[in-house]
Amino acid sequence: MSDLSINPGIEIRDSERELQRFRGRLAILGIFLLSLFGLLLLRFFYLQVIQHGHYSTLAEANRISIQPIAPHRGIIVDRNGVQLAHNYSAYTLEITPSKVPDLNATIDELAEVVEITPRDRRRFRKLLEESKRFESLPIRTRLSDEEISRFAAHRYRFPGVEAKARLFRQYPQGEMFSHVVGHIGRINQKEVEKLESEDRLANYRGSDYIGKTGLEQSYEKFLHGTTGVEEVEVDSGGRAVRTLSRTPPVSGNNLVLNLDAKLQEIAYNAFGERRGALVAIDPTTGGVLAFVSKPGFDPNLFVDGIDPQSWGELNGSIDKPLLNRAAAGTYPPGSTFKPFMALAALFYGKRTPQQAISDPGFYMFGGHRFRDDKVGGHGMVDMYKSIVVSCDTYYYVLANDLGIDPISRFMAMFGFGSRTGIDIGGESAGILPSSEWKMRRFKQKWYPGETISVGIGQGYNSYTPLQLASAMATLANDGVMFRPHIVNYVEDIRTLEKSLIEPKPLRDLALKPEHLKVIKDSLIGVNKEGTSARVFADAPYVSGGKTGTAQVIAIKQNEKYVESRVAERHRDHALFIAYAPADKPTIALAVIAENSGFGARAAAPVARQVLDYYLLGKVPRKPAETDD
Amino acid sequence: MPPALRRLVLFLTRHIDGMLLSAILLLMFTGLLVLLSASNGNLVRTSGQLGNMLVALGVMWLFANIPPHYLQRLALPVFTLGCALLIGVALFGEIVNGARRWLHIGVTRIQPSELMKIALPLMLAWYFNRNEASLKLRNYVIAALMLVAPVALIARQPDLGTAILIMASGCYVIFLAGLPWRIIIALGVAGLTSLPFLWSVMHDYQRQRVLTLLDPTTDPLGSGYHTIQSTIAVGSGGILGKGWMNGTQTHLDFIPERTTDFIFAVYAEEFGLLGNAILLVLFLLLIARAMVITANAPTLFTRLLAGAITMTFFTYAFVNMGMVSGILPVVGVPLPLISYGGTSLVSICLGFGILMSINTHKKLVQT
Repeated sequence: MSDLSINPGIEIRDSERELQRFRGRLAILGIFLLSLFGLLLLRFFYLQVIQHGHYSTLAEANRISIQPIAPHRGIIVDRNGVQLAHNYSAYTLEITPSKVPDLNATIDELAEVVEITPRDRRRFRKLLEESKRFESLPIRTRLSDEEISRFAAHRYRFPGVEAKARLFRQYPQGEMFSHVVGHIGRINQKEVEKLESEDRLANYRGSDYIGKTGLEQSYEKFLHGTTGVEEVEVDSGGRAVRTLSRTPPVSGNNLVLNLDAKLQEIAYNAFGERRGALVAIDPTTGGVLAFVSKPGFDPNLFVDGIDPQSWGELNGSIDKPLLNRAAAGTYPPGSTFKPFMALAALFYGKRTPQQAISDPGFYMFGGHRFRDDKVGGHGMVDMYKSIVVSCDTYYYVLANDLGIDPISRFMAMFGFGSRTGIDIGGESAGILPSSEWKMRRFKQKWYPGETISVGIGQGYNSYTPLQLASAMATLANDGVMFRPHIVNYVEDIRTLEKSLIEPKPLRDLALKPEHLKVIKDSLIGVNKEGTSARVFADAPYVSGGKTGTAQVIAIKQNEKYVESRVAERHRDHALFIAYAPADKPTIALAVIAENSGFGARAAAPVARQVLDYYLLGKVPRKPAETDD
Repeated sequence: MPPALRRLVLFLTRHIDGMLLSAILLLMFTGLLVLLSASNGNLVRTSGQLGNMLVALGVMWLFANIPPHYLQRLALPVFTLGCALLIGVALFGEIVNGARRWLHIGVTRIQPSELMKIALPLMLAWYFNRNEASLKLRNYVIAALMLVAPVALIARQPDLGTAILIMASGCYVIFLAGLPWRIIIALGVAGLTSLPFLWSVMHDYQRQRVLTLLDPTTDPLGSGYHTIQSTIAVGSGGILGKGWMNGTQTHLDFIPERTTDFIFAVYAEEFGLLGNAILLVLFLLLIARAMVITANAPTLFTRLLAGAITMTFFTYAFVNMGMVSGILPVVGVPLPLISYGGTSLVSICLGFGILMSINTHKKLVQT
């Protein structure tokens, strides 16, 4: 302190001036400071008053997460309420790959806690390839309570792995309905694009699955339901803190089918070990009563993504279980074509019922010998006999007399060669040959010789069992044709409102009753005294039917087809179409049993079991035996 | 009042400035209130901060009772020690989070840049005071060198935030000491023209901070995240705020460092523009009182020291609030008296202790 007071006087005056200068500088700093605080205040005003709305929105967007709630998918039941597709709740173990540093190590460790089969691993690998890294993918489904509690105890070891309660789709009837009910599967990129283009993607936020085949696919819009939303408050880590508001999802509608599950089961089992297809239709409505394609496959395998090995087995199988034989498989109709040919003859006035031909057992055309099945022929054959004994020669001649294009025009009325429009996808159109078709297909003109074999349902003819059944139903219903439909009605589970899939007559073929009577009498004759008489020998109802045999490989001219000499897969397909009861038909069907030889032998017994159950409620004890 | 008690009260309050203390206590109380919300009602943390405050107030009382001339004598040794430690850090420092800021001394480790915050203004005030009678340009150059050396060492650690704040405190002293205007203007022009050079010597992360300040959305999840989220918090607070304990940005964990450097975001979100204005007024009251003390300080040393302390306090508050509201880059500066953390509290209160000492010892000096 002493240095301050050495020399007062000048020092004090000097320091007085210094003090004034200092205070001046301090005042400048004060103004500087005030202006900076003013700047802050302006900034606060800007943020908190002018931009308040903007930042409030941002804060709300931070805080609130809109989370979808997937609706329950509608269930599918048969006409009697038997469940064909339903949902059940079960736990899955799901992994979010992006949250797991070493997937393999994690799965190995998980395997110590819950069982993880090699199949599960393969399936997961495949899912992984198809999905994004941040999606939660199931490694195990349907965990038992014990497994869940074991996992819960070890949870801390598995970040990125979660046990989730989920609704699963299940098909309790398994392979029997695989081609008609179809199945759902995880939504793929193509489906996402399709949904987006149809503006339906928003409704699938929260949904992992979509109908892939069968009714699950064609009625997707009804089954899926409406996704709900939940507003959840989340923290910066995305964890839900509490629910703010909730719009519940609306469950999908249920499908009630025309199908009769028991009838389907009987038909499926009636085939025994054979491959084949059966379609049964109510001729008065077009309602599909049974829709069998055998062998089928277990649709449950597809729900969570099929593992590559199971897929390989199904896809590579010689039995083609993935082929929907009933709607996509096409076969020559064989002799089941004959009643329609006969009707065409009456329609065009080319034959009278009584007009008869003499059958020598073959028909010569252009130096080519078209053989009849019966060596030596059937003798004198009129229209009735031609159907009852299935005389080929009669139809060789008839086909030649009619010509290919009139045949084609007439058959088109019955729906041959065009899709029936049934309410599932994947239908084939088949082939209804005509001169125009051949020009289009082969750029060649039609040769009259080719018409001959068309007359007996061979040649280029190729139709689906569904088309055959639909044609049979149309005939049985006196020419009034309905679009075949599997679903009877769609049921809203909240309002219980039923929207009927209207049985609308597609067209009335305006066939003459006397013509129809001739053909129907002949078909009744087939089951009474004709090719399938033995199969229907003791039936307490009157039915009409027609057997057929479709060649798988061409037989050389003058060579007799001997079954035992032909490899099993090259044997003829057996066909049968039928309707009953004869006076007031309630069911019409078509059966094909692949590589089973003559139609009466393998296909007709299947039809018999189906008709017996449908008309009499008779449950067979074993598969239909071949009628040897 | 019994004489013994009166003597005790006098002993305790003799060197305490009532106005400064009231402002400090109001700000501390505000700080505790905000901290309770920012920590989601964590009483352990909040009472821990209360403990820090009591310690800081103790330190303040202690320094208020130390006559300024003792500090004057300490200036050179403390500054020398500070520089030595900074050199030590540069040579043997421990790297934490990519920066070499800490120095191990025996059992504990220290951050010498903290010491420099008080040592540098102390040193400069002492230096100008010593040469008061004959201040020449040469003295300003020497002062500038004394300023630049430690600042450069700290900037190299790297700790740009602290370096700038220490630089500012030194500049305030030099400015208050009467640096001629022509030199100030010349330096200003030179400074502006050297900006590109400064840019070239900056570290990548420092450049990034400046860039994200200009447009935080370029890096919303990286270095821009802090600014974006704190700006949202401030803006969404509106005029009256969302209410104490009701800030969504705060309680849903969107504000990073919300009890320390970004606590102002919590305050602004919950108390709004009105709360901000009140806080600015509180800060201004404190600063105004400190300015008055500075203006009335008896010697050049005390004037410069008091001015530096006052202006540094202001700078901390301004830089922090500017950073939280998105007009300044993100630098690690706590909001004085509000942010959680003992070190900052103690050093701030130590400064105010010195101010009180300057104010209450001058009469003794004069008489």
